[in-house]
Amino acid sequence: MQEMDVSVWRGDANGGGLEHFKVPARDSQTILDVVAWIQQHADPTLSYRYACRVGMCGSCAMMVNGVPRWTCRTHVKTVLKDNAITIAPLRNLPVIKDLAADMDPFFDKWVAAGGVHHPTRTRDEPIEILDPKTPERVETDTGIECINCSVCYAACDTVSNNVDFLGPAALQRAWTLYLDPKDADPNAILDAVSGKGGCHNCHSQGSCTLHCPNGLNPMKAIAGLKRATVSSFFKGGR
Amino acid sequence: MLGLKLYMAQRLSAMVMIPLTLGHIAVMIYAIQGGLSAAEILGRTKGSVLWFLYYGLFVLSVSLHASIGLRVIVHETLGLKGRALEIFMWLSGLLLLAMGLRALVAVTL
Amino acid sequence: MIRPHRSHPLWIAYLLHRLSGLGLALFLPVHFHVLAFALNQPERLDGFLRFADNPLVKLAEFGLVFLLAVHVFGGLRLLALEFLPWSPRQKTLAASAVAAAFLVAGTFFLQAV
Repeated sequence: MQEMDVSVWRGDANGGGLEHFKVPARDSQTILDVVAWIQQHADPTLSYRYACRVGMCGSCAMMVNGVPRWTCRTHVKTVLKDNAITIAPLRNLPVIKDLAADMDPFFDKWVAAGGVHHPTRTRDEPIEILDPKTPERVETDTGIECINCSVCYAACDTVSNNVDFLGPAALQRAWTLYLDPKDADPNAILDAVSGKGGCHNCHSQGSCTLHCPNGLNPMKAIAGLKRATVSSFFKGGR
Repeated sequence: MLGLKLYMAQRLSAMVMIPLTLGHIAVMIYAIQGGLSAAEILGRTKGSVLWFLYYGLFVLSVSLHASIGLRVIVHETLGLKGRALEIFMWLSGLLLLAMGLRALVAVTL
Repeated sequence: MIRPHRSHPLWIAYLLHRLSGLGLALFLPVHFHVLAFALNQPERLDGFLRFADNPLVKLAEFGLVFLLAVHVFGGLRLLALEFLPWSPRQKTLAASAVAAAFLVAGTFFLQAV
């Protein structure tokens, strides 16, 4: 049976390095299959994170040959180079162990970017009816399929160079909430994304948009936030 | 590191400088034909209110724009932050402004 | 070596914008300093301009005009990206900015030699 050379990063918050494994090649094999094979047949102490295996839950993202990817839907045949693959934990996040990154900073920034719903009604009132055809709603639809996988966050060099930067996913979330007519306090969102780590720090490198596994465009969403904050600046808001 | 106000200052100064820079490049291409001499350059610019305002606005905008840009670069690549970063930005802006105004006076007054 | 997650046109455009901006910011004080010779040492300004007739200096000037033009046209793309309705043609626009900068700097160089 044909075997592949797989290098896997092993270690924890204190450091680590690559360890090499021979993994049998199979048809329709994903990177997650490779990681699972190593854990089941070569080294049961290998730590990694996954849940759904079908690209819904956003928990299995890793660096594959230096590029952040959702491993459950990345086929080996699309990334195999000279019969070798390198797999490492997501960039820009602390490592817990081996391939499992600590997602806390990523989710903390979702909240910091104003990603909290500010309701317009109470539970006792009827649900507000939305028109799906308004321009705001059409724009919102292009940004809501985020699965929180942190691939964009790992791809972004502004995140690596500027620890306060909220990152593409959190800012895209803020943009869709800002556009939501059911959000009572859009100005609170603009304030949250105008701080020292806010949308204005983005350099439009576009790595987030290029690598997003769901084909979303955080770069466009961040440009939208920049525009919204600037027009509120001219209206004398802030 | 870059809030809304600094972002606005950088983008507005950029917008001001786009026509100024294109004009500057056009003048360079025109003036460099047949070589440059101090007399030729100063003959065009000395005592001209128009060139004084043109390059005066240019110096103001570029001091703003470049010092904010340097602030971002120094923070992102060298990790300078807090008060040191503010001081760096102000010093680089004031240095560019002082040197720019000195050159402006030398060339147009 | 550009790392794999960065090897795409818009990241290169970012790098070009950053390096050209840094280069211009470092060049400006020198530019201002030389111009200020006109105030009280006009002979040094002329001396400098004669030095600038050297073909190698002309090539360096081509480089400076390219830095300036690529920063202006690249900046124009970024302003459009941030303030105009979204355009999906960012890669084309970034490549056009570089092409326009070459055209402008090339025109300068042809007039200079």
